[in-house]
Parts: sequence; C-alpha cells; structure tokens
Amino acid sequence: MIEHDVVCPFCGCLCDDLEIETEGGRIVKVQNGCALAESTFMNDVRLPAPIRRTETGWEDISYQEAIKETAEILQGADRPLLYGWSSTHGEAQSVGVHIAELIGAVIDNTSTVCHGPSILAIQEVGHPGCTLGQVKNRADVIIYWGCNPVEAHPRHMSRYTTYATGFFVPDAQRERTVIVVDTRRTDTAGIADEFVQIEHGGDYAVLSALRAIVRGKASVIPAKVAGVSKEQLIRIAEICKTAKFGAIFFGLGLTMSRGKYKNIRNAIELTDELNRYTKFVISPLRGHGNVYGSNEVFTWMTGYPFAVDFARGIAFYNPGETTAVDILRRGECDAALIVASDPGANFPRAAAAHLAKIPTIVIDPHVNATTALSRIHIPCTAAGIDAAGTAYRMDGVPIRLKKVIDRGYPDDAEILKKIYDHLNGGKGP
Amino acid sequence: MTELWVKNACVIDPIRGINGEIMDIAIRDGRIVESVSDRADVIDAQRCLTLPGGIDSHTHVSGTKVNFGRYMSPEDMRAGRTKRKGKMHVTSGYYVPTTFGNSYRYSAMGYTTLLEGAMAPLEARHTHEEFTATPHQDMMANTLFDGNWAVMDAVREKDVRKTAAVVAWTLKAARGYGIKLTNPGGTEAWGWGEDLTGIHDMVPHFAVTPAEIITTMIRANELLKLPHSVHLHCNNLGKPGNYQTTLETFELVPDLNAARQTLYATHVQFHAYGGGTWKNICSKAEEITRSVNSKPQIVMDMGQIMFGRTMTMTADGPMEFNLHCLHNNKWSNHDVELETGSGIIPVTYSKKSAVNCIMWAIGLELALLTKNPYQCLLETDNPNGAPFVKYPEVIGLLMSKRYRDEECATLAAGVEQRTSLCALEREMDWHDIAVMTRAGQAKALGIGSQGKGHLGVGAEADIAIYPIRTDSVDPAREYRKVVEGFQKTRYTIKRGRVVSRDGEIIVDGANATFWVDAKVPEDLKMENDPEFIKRFEQFYTVRMSNYPVQDVYLPRGRRIETEVFT
Repeated sequence: MIEHDVVCPFCGCLCDDLEIETEGGRIVKVQNGCALAESTFMNDVRLPAPIRRTETGWEDISYQEAIKETAEILQGADRPLLYGWSSTHGEAQSVGVHIAELIGAVIDNTSTVCHGPSILAIQEVGHPGCTLGQVKNRADVIIYWGCNPVEAHPRHMSRYTTYATGFFVPDAQRERTVIVVDTRRTDTAGIADEFVQIEHGGDYAVLSALRAIVRGKASVIPAKVAGVSKEQLIRIAEICKTAKFGAIFFGLGLTMSRGKYKNIRNAIELTDELNRYTKFVISPLRGHGNVYGSNEVFTWMTGYPFAVDFARGIAFYNPGETTAVDILRRGECDAALIVASDPGANFPRAAAAHLAKIPTIVIDPHVNATTALSRIHIPCTAAGIDAAGTAYRMDGVPIRLKKVIDRGYPDDAEILKKIYDHLNGGKGP
Repeated sequence: MTELWVKNACVIDPIRGINGEIMDIAIRDGRIVESVSDRADVIDAQRCLTLPGGIDSHTHVSGTKVNFGRYMSPEDMRAGRTKRKGKMHVTSGYYVPTTFGNSYRYSAMGYTTLLEGAMAPLEARHTHEEFTATPHQDMMANTLFDGNWAVMDAVREKDVRKTAAVVAWTLKAARGYGIKLTNPGGTEAWGWGEDLTGIHDMVPHFAVTPAEIITTMIRANELLKLPHSVHLHCNNLGKPGNYQTTLETFELVPDLNAARQTLYATHVQFHAYGGGTWKNICSKAEEITRSVNSKPQIVMDMGQIMFGRTMTMTADGPMEFNLHCLHNNKWSNHDVELETGSGIIPVTYSKKSAVNCIMWAIGLELALLTKNPYQCLLETDNPNGAPFVKYPEVIGLLMSKRYRDEECATLAAGVEQRTSLCALEREMDWHDIAVMTRAGQAKALGIGSQGKGHLGVGAEADIAIYPIRTDSVDPAREYRKVVEGFQKTRYTIKRGRVVSRDGEIIVDGANATFWVDAKVPEDLKMENDPEFIKRFEQFYTVRMSNYPVQDVYLPRGRRIETEVFT
C-alpha cells in the first residue's frame, strides 16, 4: 500500500510530499524524502517494552508499573524537570505543560540548546519573517548564515529557496542570488554565488559593518572586518539593497557562537534596516521537527516559549536560571522526565552527569544516549510514523503528522495522561 | 437533564424588546425553556442587571500572530499572572494573556461568545488549537481573503460565482466563519514591501483594485448566503486624512440583505482621521457617522483606544511597519503565502500625545454620534486599541458626560479644537449598552438563529448577571459603580451552567466552534477544478490534501450549512 503526501517529522522543514510504501504493517520504501527522512522511516528500531535499571543491568517492566513508578518519582521530587518535547506532537506537549503546572515543575524544550538565543533576541527586537512560500514565490536573494542546509535540512533549498520554482521566480537557479556566510567552506558554500568567509567569532562585527554600509556609512569601515574585505561587504550590501525580496536563514553557527543572542539581534536589526529599502525577512532554521510547536504550545499555555518554572505556582521564566542545562548544572534538579529528545547526547557534560545521578525517566520510541543515564525508559509511538498529531514547521505553519503504520505502542500523550491522572488522584487535566 | 431557574432578574433583552423587566428565566439542558420542574437549581438574581451573554464581534485572542505577541513579550507575561486555583489554570499576560487568561477574564466580564478577528487559512489549525484552550467561550474565526491569489484572479475576471466558489472552499478548509478583508490588496503589495494608497490603486501584478475586491466579495458573500457580511478593515488604517478612503469605501456598499448589514466595517476609529500629517490630524467622526446614519447597510465597531500600554497586531503588515518606523520599538512581521500578511508591535497610548488623545476622542464620538446603537458596536479591537478588560471603562465613558469631561481635563492640549467630543451631551442608557455589547453583535454576525444574543425560548442559555441595580444607580453620576459592575459578573452562565461566579471560574469549559459550510453548485467545486489544483500544488508549500483542517481540531464543532445557490 502506498500512502501519499506523508509528512516527514524529522526536521523543521516538515516536508509533506513523501510517498511511503507499507507491506504487512512495515514500511518498505520511502520516496521523495531526503536521506534523513529515509533513515527516520526505515531505521526505526524501537525499544520493545519499558525497562528499569537493576543493580546489574535492566529488567522489563509493564507499562502500568513504569507509569506508576514515574508518577511516584515525580510526586516525591522537590525540583522536577520535564525536558525535551521537540520530536513529538503538540498533544503530548500540552499534557506535559499540564503536568508541570500540577506538580510545580520546570518544563523546558530543546530550544534551550539550539535557538534559545534567537528567541531572546526576538524578545528584544521582534522578528520580521514570513512563511516559506513567500520566499519560494518571491525571493531573488537568499542568504544562509552560519548554517549548512545541504546536510542539516537537505530539501530546504529544493522546496523553499535556491532551486524551488516560484510564481515570480520561474527560473529559480538563474534568478536567485545565493550568499553563504560561514567560518568554513561547507557543502552549502559550494553552491553559493557569493561566499563570505568570516573569522571565528566575527559574525557580530560583520553584521554591524553591513548595517553601517546599508545606512550609507561605508566610510567608517576598515579594509577588513573579521577577515572579510570591505569590497565584498559593500558588494553584499548592494545585492541586498537592490533585491526585490531578500531572505536570511541562519543556524547554530550564528546563535551559538561568540555573541550568541546579540548576533541574532544584530541580524534582525540588519533585516529591519533593509526593509527601509526593499523587502527583507529573516528566519532561524529550526532543527527538530516540532521544536517550534513546543515553543507555540508552551507560549499559549504559559506565556513563554521555553524554560518555564512553575515552582512559585505562577509561570516564571528566566533563561539562564530556569533553563534545563542550568538547573542540572547547579545540581538543583532531583528528578527528570525526558520526552522525545536526547539530552544525554547533546547537553554539556556536567548537566548530563547530573541526569545520571538523579532518577531520570525517558519516554521515547528509541534507545538513545539518555537511556544510558536513566532509571526507566518507556517506549512509545513516534509522532508522524505510528501516531498522528500536530507539528509546527519552522515558519509557524501547523501541519498534521500522519499515522502511517500501527506498531502496537501506546502514544506518548496517552502515557503522559496516565501519569497526570496518577498525580492528580485519578482526575485528568 | 439539568435545570436551572434564575428568578428576580432585571432583564434587558433588546432583540425581544425587553427593557428592564423583572422576570424569571427557566433553563433546561443548556437552553432557555418556558418552565422547569421544582427540582431545578435556583439562582436569585436579586433584581440585578441580567443580559444575554456578551459577544465580542472583533477580537484577537487566538492564532499565529496573537501567540507571537505573547512569544515576543515576556515583559507582558509578567504583568498579569495568576496561580492555579481550583478549576483555573495558571495564567500569564495583561494585554496578550495566555488562552486561559483570555477565557477566564472574558468570562468574568460576562462574555460567552467571541469572534477571532483574523485567521490566515494556511495557519487555521493553530487558531483552532487555541480555541480549544479558550474553553469558556464559543468561538468563530474571521477568515482572511485580502491577498488571496485565487480570489484576486476571479475578481479580475469579474466572476462573482467563481469568487464565491473560492470563498466556500477556503472557509470549509479553514473551518472559518466569515470573510475578512484586511487592507485588501495592500497585504499582497506588502509582499514586495509596498502598500496601496487608496481603493482605486492597482495591486501589483494582479491588475485588480481594493474597490473591485471589496465589491466582488460583497456580492460573493451574499450569493453564498453567509450568516455574517463581509468584515472589512479598510485600506489606509491609521493615516491622517484616511477618512476619505473610508467614506469612498462606504459609498461602494449596496444594501443587499434585509436581515443584517451588507458590510461590517471594523475598528473605524483608526479610519476616521482628517488632516494630512501627524501635526494637523483631526477627527472626522462627524463625516463618518453622517454616512453610517444614512446607510443601514453598514455596521461598524468602535476600535476605541484607551490610555496605557498594549500590543498592536493585525494582518495589515505595511501599517505595522509604518508604525514601527514611528515607535522604533520591537517589530514582528509574518506574511502568509498566497493569502495575507501580518505585523505586531507594542505601543503605549499616552495622554501626553495629542495624536493619542484625538484617537481616544474619535472612538467615543463615533459611538455617540451614531443614532442607532445596532450600527456602532463596542470593542477596542482587542488588544490593538486596549485590552478587552477595559470595556467597562468604555461603557462608563459612554454613559457619563461627567466621566468624559473629567478625562478630557487631563488630556494634552488641542483635543477640544480637533474633535467635537466635549460638545457631545449624549449619555447612553443600559439598553444602548446591551445592544452595543451583545444584541448588535448577534445580529451583525447572524448568530441570532443559533440562539445567541437573546434570551427567548429556545435560545442558548448564555447569561450574564451583573452586580448592578439599574433602579438605584445613576450612571451619569455614579460611573465608577458602572465600571466596577461590568468588570465582574455575579454569575456568568454558559449553556445553562454557571461557569463564573464573582470573577472566579468554577467549572471546566466546554465551548463550541461555529463554522460555515457554504454550498456551491457541483460545477463550481474548487476541489475538482484542475487549474485551481495545479496552482495550489505549484505555489503553496503544503500539499492540497494536507491543507484542510481535520475535524479532530474542532471537538465541539458546530457546522452551519448554507443553501446552495444557482
């Protein structure tokens, strides 16, 4: 059987044109997807049943037992942390927020280690953006800054930018100018019309120089800025100012390098400045398939996109204090529930080490690095493969993930609801 | 079976011609009935003012841009926060509260039905998700068509039937309620960083004008027999001298519907400016209301501003950018492919600003100069003019000349010369207010037949009982009591259940979402139109099959089906 228009849940592009062939309840072929999509659907090796750590290894336990023990651990904790959420659907994220509210926990999502700084910048200066179709149909200048979509978002360029045929850009390859800004020559740089190589940590200076040139103050710019020649900067500024529609996409090369959220603020202010001459937009390339959805769900329920602390009864937000990494690094947290993410693989060592010290429960379809740090791992459906639900694309467009097969696992939203019921004396959220 | 008996209520129910009668209301299973058994629960209203549940016919509470307003404003989230308490979830935010915050505060004020003012069809799923988390009000969504490519193509071909077909398909896909046009044509121009300057400017690349979009959409709306009329945010919002655009637009509107208006013009305060610059801006409320008073086919709402900090958010992207260039605070923009735009910036309306003072006066003038209160409804374009929690103050100002005079005395110089507010003696009565906050909205939105906006037998039992004794309060003098009284109901009853008591929510909500399934003849179904499908698949970034909102997003959806046209 072939299912059409399937949404790939892997990255923030949420490509929704995959064709998935199933045979006897198994996925046998993935078409239209990139290598990451193929791997997502084809190499979907699950933990068969809930497991609990013993002194010598692991034992299988029932879902009922795993849920009960999870609830007891959370109930008994003074400073519980609920972390992750970015690879599951909004329905599970919503139950997560209700649990955090009920027990006074900190709830945080993977933005904390990816585009958290972008969010801080947006909270200072706003975000001039658009849906990806605006870029596809109109943009004649595309800038990729501190990101490598060829490897991280392989279809971004063919679906939305460089190679996508748009209404006002019928001959995309010829009509679009692609600028790549990075500290090293990536695969993406290879397809650029203009590659700007910046010295490490020089993004802020280069953005400031571009802003000055756009404002007509080129005379104050030295011959080289962070390794970039003044001639090239002037050329780039001119390409931007004379664009009909320009779009900047940035990645962790900009958010997580020296300057962090100040880099993003500067990039947004450059975009703002360019709007006084032409149309310009800017957007982060979001990683996890539904990380933007976790920001959206947290925001309408609590008011904040990430790092929400309910310990005071109200929703409290102070990134740097209420962010998962900081709570863990300070050794403050005494129990953790990790859902649909892998902090064991990408948190700083001290934070991950603390997860191993405290009772950590993982709810995730797959065994990952966090499993090795955990006390209990409860397997569940994977949103977009064997569970339907809502995900938000990197540009805010909400898309319904489909259930392609049934593998007999419970949905993580259902597991979380049962945990909530335990915590709330049998009454649901 | 659940029964409720509200006795000793001082009822004002304008749709049924009841004005301050002491009466009892019987409720069974969520609806108003002739009588109930003696086992019914009893509420003694103690002769307090009892109105049909409040209806907001233009508010921004759910969806992409509202949530982005929250996302970018931790400073506002801190400004209004409450703990979990009983049935109430944690809330955050003052001018852009979280969904639960919106729902609880509206409910405390007696509001039971809300129309979200602007939903981009591509992002409709988001709006519906937030509707579900706004549990104490029945919801509806105005659906944006101002820059819709398929609509503009049909308008250019002067094809009203095709325009109607596109509207019907999109409304169904988005589970939307009615047609919203925000700066028609201007939002498409903003895709290139441009705007239009009047209703006869050409939309770049589409060879249509706002006037053509508006008139064709009005005809399509009536052809489809939609319950609501076209809902228009006029071109040139917020620009000095824009009243001429507004008047020109009103002149385009024929009288096509006996049951309601043919055009709903929203937040008209922002569209009633004379002068040519910020220095000489002045009120043209008299000209606007003269036009409306002679045109029963037009209903407007006030778009009142109130002093203080708030957030402006609209699909009108170019307007927000212009405003940003004045304020130089933070600015967000979010254009939606093939459909519309949007922008968000925080603002502070200050009594020290002559412009802000004039804006404040214009909103009030519009209401006071409109003879028929059914033609000028009370709202603030929440949160653009002010957060909705300010409605009671607006009511107080409309009911008391003394309150207005006291406020006027605190304003920047020049207001008296550039508006006529100080000369207006009119003081509205309780009945006028009941019309401007529920009966008028029910009629304008066409939801009277759904049992909204009145308390007749068969109506949905949405009722607000305010701690106000109309026989003992003189609103002209005791306006403080009026303001306080409208801030917090004694009881808000939603579909026969008491949901809020003295400002506190006491049950879990179970709202409904109204949407319109407009029928078109078989040959006009867009889902069978090869050209429509081809363009969709080429230029949108989602597949056509993934675009329509699934039923699972409307757990209590109420489909309103229209008759097919020929």
